[in-house]
Amino acid sequence: MTDNPPRRSAEPRTPQGKAGKFLDDRLNMAGPIRKQLNKVFPDHWSFMMGEIALYSFIVLLLTGTYLSFFFDASMAETVYNGHYLPMKGVTMSRAYASTLDISFDVRGGLIIRQIHHWAALLFVGAMMVHMFRVFFTGAFRKPRELNWLIGLGLIMLGIVEGFAGYSLPDDLLSGTGLRIADAIMLSIPVVGTWVSFLVFGGPFPGHVIIGRLYIAHVLLIPGIILALIGAHLALVVRQKHTQFPGPGRTEHQVSGERVFPVYAAKAGGFFFIVFAACAALGGFFQINPVWLFGPYTPSQVSSGSQPDYYMMFLDGSTRLFPSWEIRLWGHTLPPLFWPTVVLPGILVNLAAAYPFLEAKLTKDRAKHNLLQRPRDVPVRTGLGAMAITFYMVLFLSGGNDLIAKAFDISLNAMTWGGRIFLLVLPPIAYALTYRVCIGLQRHDREVLEHGLETGIIQVLPHGEFIEIHQPLGPTDEHGHGTLSYAGTPVPKRMGQLGAMSPLKHVRGFFYPVTEKPEIQAALDELEAQHVAEVETAGDDRHQLTD
Amino acid sequence: MSGTTPEMPTPEEIRAMTPEQAMVVAAELDGVHIVHRRDRFPVRGTKAEKRAERGVALCFLIAALAGVAFIVVFIAAPYRWHLPGTPQNFRFYTPALGGLLALLLLFMGIGMVLWAKWLMPEEEVVQDRHDEPSSESDILLTEASLLVGLEDTGLPRRSLIMRTLLLAGGVFTAVPLVALVGGMIKKPGTQLLHTLYRNDPKAFPETNGRVPLVDINWKRVGPDYLEPGGIATVFPGVRAVGPSGYDGVHDASSPTLLIRLKPGQTVKPRKGQENFGWGEYIAFSKICTHAGCPASLYEQQTSRLLCPCHQSQFEVLEDAKPVFGPATRSLPKLPLDVVVGEDGSQYFVARHDFNEAIGPGYWERP
Repeated sequence: MTDNPPRRSAEPRTPQGKAGKFLDDRLNMAGPIRKQLNKVFPDHWSFMMGEIALYSFIVLLLTGTYLSFFFDASMAETVYNGHYLPMKGVTMSRAYASTLDISFDVRGGLIIRQIHHWAALLFVGAMMVHMFRVFFTGAFRKPRELNWLIGLGLIMLGIVEGFAGYSLPDDLLSGTGLRIADAIMLSIPVVGTWVSFLVFGGPFPGHVIIGRLYIAHVLLIPGIILALIGAHLALVVRQKHTQFPGPGRTEHQVSGERVFPVYAAKAGGFFFIVFAACAALGGFFQINPVWLFGPYTPSQVSSGSQPDYYMMFLDGSTRLFPSWEIRLWGHTLPPLFWPTVVLPGILVNLAAAYPFLEAKLTKDRAKHNLLQRPRDVPVRTGLGAMAITFYMVLFLSGGNDLIAKAFDISLNAMTWGGRIFLLVLPPIAYALTYRVCIGLQRHDREVLEHGLETGIIQVLPHGEFIEIHQPLGPTDEHGHGTLSYAGTPVPKRMGQLGAMSPLKHVRGFFYPVTEKPEIQAALDELEAQHVAEVETAGDDRHQLTD
Repeated sequence: MSGTTPEMPTPEEIRAMTPEQAMVVAAELDGVHIVHRRDRFPVRGTKAEKRAERGVALCFLIAALAGVAFIVVFIAAPYRWHLPGTPQNFRFYTPALGGLLALLLLFMGIGMVLWAKWLMPEEEVVQDRHDEPSSESDILLTEASLLVGLEDTGLPRRSLIMRTLLLAGGVFTAVPLVALVGGMIKKPGTQLLHTLYRNDPKAFPETNGRVPLVDINWKRVGPDYLEPGGIATVFPGVRAVGPSGYDGVHDASSPTLLIRLKPGQTVKPRKGQENFGWGEYIAFSKICTHAGCPASLYEQQTSRLLCPCHQSQFEVLEDAKPVFGPATRSLPKLPLDVVVGEDGSQYFVARHDFNEAIGPGYWERP
């Protein structure tokens, strides 16, 4: 393919060669590096979710470092004297004032702040979608249970990190969130008040919480996240990526493209695209306009106060939970404890236990490197749909006041609706999803057995109308397809077989492109070779799946 | 395409190969099999190839231009906030930066992806997973090494060392934990039971220690402060900083709702706080007994207070009893009185602190 002359001499002559020699003399890395360059990654659009999460985390590190140059994590009082006139002369914390400065007095500060916030929303969201991809395709099964647990830890840390981050500006909205966080700590039996006083350094709000959240947000939690991402990726490299079944794909191999150069170019390009999405969001869509909320004061709150979306399911569960207070031997167990401490605890433990529960219940102890289509595992897919429905009812209930206002519904009806839907909708979602999965499975089998609908209607001599079906492969004596289902998508339209592909299209917009004669001759020769190859390969190749 | 790894060729053999051949050999050595590899443009110099090349280059060019424009806008455009409508106000600074940065990054990304898709060879490569468990021999040998090593330490036999080591190890992990958390522990005591409305004869001798009510600007609040049906947030007028480090207006336990009932409205009081109101005035802690948000939305028509955080609703005419939502306790009621100041003006004081803890519930709450 390339005409480079083979290398003849032992000593490198090019600068790159010399640099390589310099490194290898010291690190002895030629072998291991080649192994990594040759590593094969499979390709599928759904594998990009984890990449989005990773890249948005890099964006967070870059923009967050920038913000730390200007942000002052102090609750000391100051009088605002910046360029944002509506706040001029208002007493506020240094944290809030420096956030206003970043937004209005630092050149380009607002765009970075907004990119940082949007990237955080994208980070948590991409992790959640990634988790569902892994769940619905069975990628968490043996041998990857450990990585499932690491991923779960990353999502939880991501949520805590996000909460800590948006609490830093010390504005009215996030301060109210911290107030609720304090109430949640207080609700813990026995040690609640001690936990709250430990975190806030005394009664809420104290003077230390912003400083503590800051160091947690910029060092402690990101450090752990970074270490866990490292472990997560190391396990992916060690265990190699899963892939969907397909022609020639087995449990023992991974097929795709090598890291160098194609996969690296695509993944690198995708990083820039994710970054571009964050930049566009940060530039065009206002996020967390703290200057409209005002500085935090415990006596005020505005209606329609919603946290960032990843916290909203907790807000929703808190709104829906009935007013059940338990009195025990002169002690109080507040109603807040159940929806904000117990419920998330149950959800996280269920998610962590799921791979092991499924293996136990299905008695499946085998290693799996090939993914499953969600329709082929209706019970799991149904459970996933159930979980999503449960989460969505909680999520929407976190904004039920906004829904009530927008659609002119009674707020109390929204609360009762949420309570009822939370219990009724998940089982319905399970049943529906289960049926849909079975239906899709049957359709796949039907196409394999009877072939594709061609849309050609034939009238038989006795007047019966039948539609001609195109078998996908060899048929038995009854005309039924003999191919069995292989866990891969089955073509459903003639076009997918290439039957309706357009004619070899003519290139060129205004007039057909004509190549130079010698180049055209070479192209024609290649085409002739290709045709000959295909003809000799014969018609025993049934390309059923792409 | 499985199992047997080819032998490592000698340097001489490799030098005799073309780079393409050597690359294939290298891949095979690493268990990577190139099943299919096709140059996108086997015939060099076709118009299609040139167009693909130009397309990728165009992406990078657009990226570069957007980057230059970004730098120009960043440096040259006015960025400070000015009142909307004034000529100095440039509303599009942030959108312009975001758009140009997005263009720069997007076309960098698209350029790289198209480069890989249009120009780099198409390939289908298969790699062996090698994820079978370690060989039995490996496991046995490792097991033996571990066992003998453990035996060498003598730990299984010397239980005294084992136990004292465990003891020291446990203490070793406890020390940093205690040192870290120990410094942060604050004893709650009874702090959550009290607010700054507590009688303070030293600070307020003129009212026998009863704390006056003030508004957010520290102005004393008297019976002429509200219209009938009106509502206001008031605070204990304590200037000195309390145990929480905040004064009366800023302490988180302070916010209080002063409500003036409409004529004809009567309150059905809770037991023990029958005479806490003063005339048409009643006052409740504004801090929601559910999660601590200010329960600040007052619906005059239904005389209900709504907390916007979780929508607990309190019936004011029943001494702020929770009637809907997750709250379980009434808002604590402040006992009001009116005194006449030196200048003859009347103002509210709190006869004593709330008779129960304000705010969200907690374990020790009586």
